[in-house]
Amino acid sequence: MSSKRPVKRSSKKPRNPSFIQSWLLRHAQVSLASLGRMFRAPIATLMTSTVIGIAVCMPAGMWVILDNLKQLSGSLDGAASISVFIKQEATPKQVLELHSRYSELPEVSETQLISSDDALMEFRQFSGFSRALDILDENPLPAVIVVTPTTAFSTAKQAPLLAKKLEQDPLVDFAQLDLEWVKRFHAITDIALRAVIILASVLGLAVLLIIGNTIRLEIQNRHDEIAITKLIGTTNAFIRRPFLYAGFWFGLLGGITAWLLVSISLWLLAGPISTLTGLYQTDFRLDLLGFAATLLLVFGSALLGLLGARIAVGRHLDAIEPE
Amino acid sequence: MIRFDNVSKRYPGGHEGLAGVSFHMEAGEMAFLTGHSGAGKSTLLKLIGLLERPTRGQIMVDSRNLGKLPSRKIPYHRRKIGMIFQDHRLLHDRTVFDNVALPLVVAGFSREEIARRVRAALDKVSLLNKEKAYPITLSGGEQQRVGIARAVVSKPPVVVADEPTGNLDPGLSREIMNLFEDFNQVGVTLLIATHDIGLISSMNKRVITLDKGQLSGDLR
Repeated sequence: MSSKRPVKRSSKKPRNPSFIQSWLLRHAQVSLASLGRMFRAPIATLMTSTVIGIAVCMPAGMWVILDNLKQLSGSLDGAASISVFIKQEATPKQVLELHSRYSELPEVSETQLISSDDALMEFRQFSGFSRALDILDENPLPAVIVVTPTTAFSTAKQAPLLAKKLEQDPLVDFAQLDLEWVKRFHAITDIALRAVIILASVLGLAVLLIIGNTIRLEIQNRHDEIAITKLIGTTNAFIRRPFLYAGFWFGLLGGITAWLLVSISLWLLAGPISTLTGLYQTDFRLDLLGFAATLLLVFGSALLGLLGARIAVGRHLDAIEPE
Repeated sequence: MIRFDNVSKRYPGGHEGLAGVSFHMEAGEMAFLTGHSGAGKSTLLKLIGLLERPTRGQIMVDSRNLGKLPSRKIPYHRRKIGMIFQDHRLLHDRTVFDNVALPLVVAGFSREEIARRVRAALDKVSLLNKEKAYPITLSGGEQQRVGIARAVVSKPPVVVADEPTGNLDPGLSREIMNLFEDFNQVGVTLLIATHDIGLISSMNKRVITLDKGQLSGDLR
């Protein structure tokens, strides 16, 4: 019985939407209205979002290139090798045992034994000191085991640890890691990454200013309207809202433009790059922007837009008072 | 409903808009505010709508002490004051309907409620047939009536008008005044600034006179 009452009441009067419903509805209306206002001035909107797009696409594009370089450096890491120099007092049998022990290590993909005799022969052949070597009573060259780590242990971080481990053996004089140029390569990509971050910060600031300025002009254009609505009892939050949405939309459109620019550029680069890598006989493939990176690009840009609008609105809206 | 207690307003630069003005209006009262240009009529109305704050004295409106009202509460105060201006202050890129609807939109009324109330207000000022028109296509008198509809659409207890008939011919002015009398009859407190002495004398209402920022007459 008691459940009948509310039903009766709601059928009489249209049900009042809840606070959250009406709040969401109002936001949806304002956001669409801001978008509509932008589309009514398509040229201006296109220009602003393209400028934002260009600013955003530069660090994004550089980041993609860097990401690809890192992929390239991953294949270079495989070239890292550790030369393990054996102590002179080790017998040939001990050296052979050590060699087989190394080749069974899980971190190691390949080993090559250069006995002291082999080394001497090679040295004779290539150094031009053959006569000088004849004077010596015994072979001064140590036996060497060249260890190639697996890919996982080829990184600039893991390879030195492996070299240290190999050095632990009492038969080993020292282990030399041929990683210097890989390290240099990493150092260069680190610098490039830092440069991308700096560029992204500077251009992010530019986006903030571009959107801030656009919103400032928009506020100026609508100065009278804002003054009149304040007269009627409009809260600052209410006046702010369409401008914040405008900033968000500008940022979003700019992000999409940036994504397009990066994608088109990569597409244009893909051909020549595959020709080049073909010449080096590597199976390098140019990676495009991934899903996560795309989301980050577009919504990061939108967020920047919102922030830029917020700054502009905070500075200029409160200054408008009705007379 | 409206109480001024020794209120002064001094503008930066030393110009005195109001000097020690005190008066009281009961709820449901209708009064004219008159005086020469620069006597302080507009200043007084602006103080009621908190477009400006007094330098001295106390103002009570609808039992709110305006001196103690923080800035963030000003919008909510203005929603309870209908303000009418000589230059109408309409939004020219919106229709008559949207202009009148604005106070209700701001206050968060539902769409149906807004439509109902806007039509009622437009009907009251005889502009129901112009709801889709833009203000620029209307005559001065019609624009003023749109402004009036906007001021009363949310049923504020207090309405203030600054020279509402300033640009209108006597016939139209009379019509506007009749409208105000109708609002007054349903309990709205009205304070109307005007220097149209002829019009005032024919209305038989309280007249508050300002002279150089000071109260120089209060005839009931």
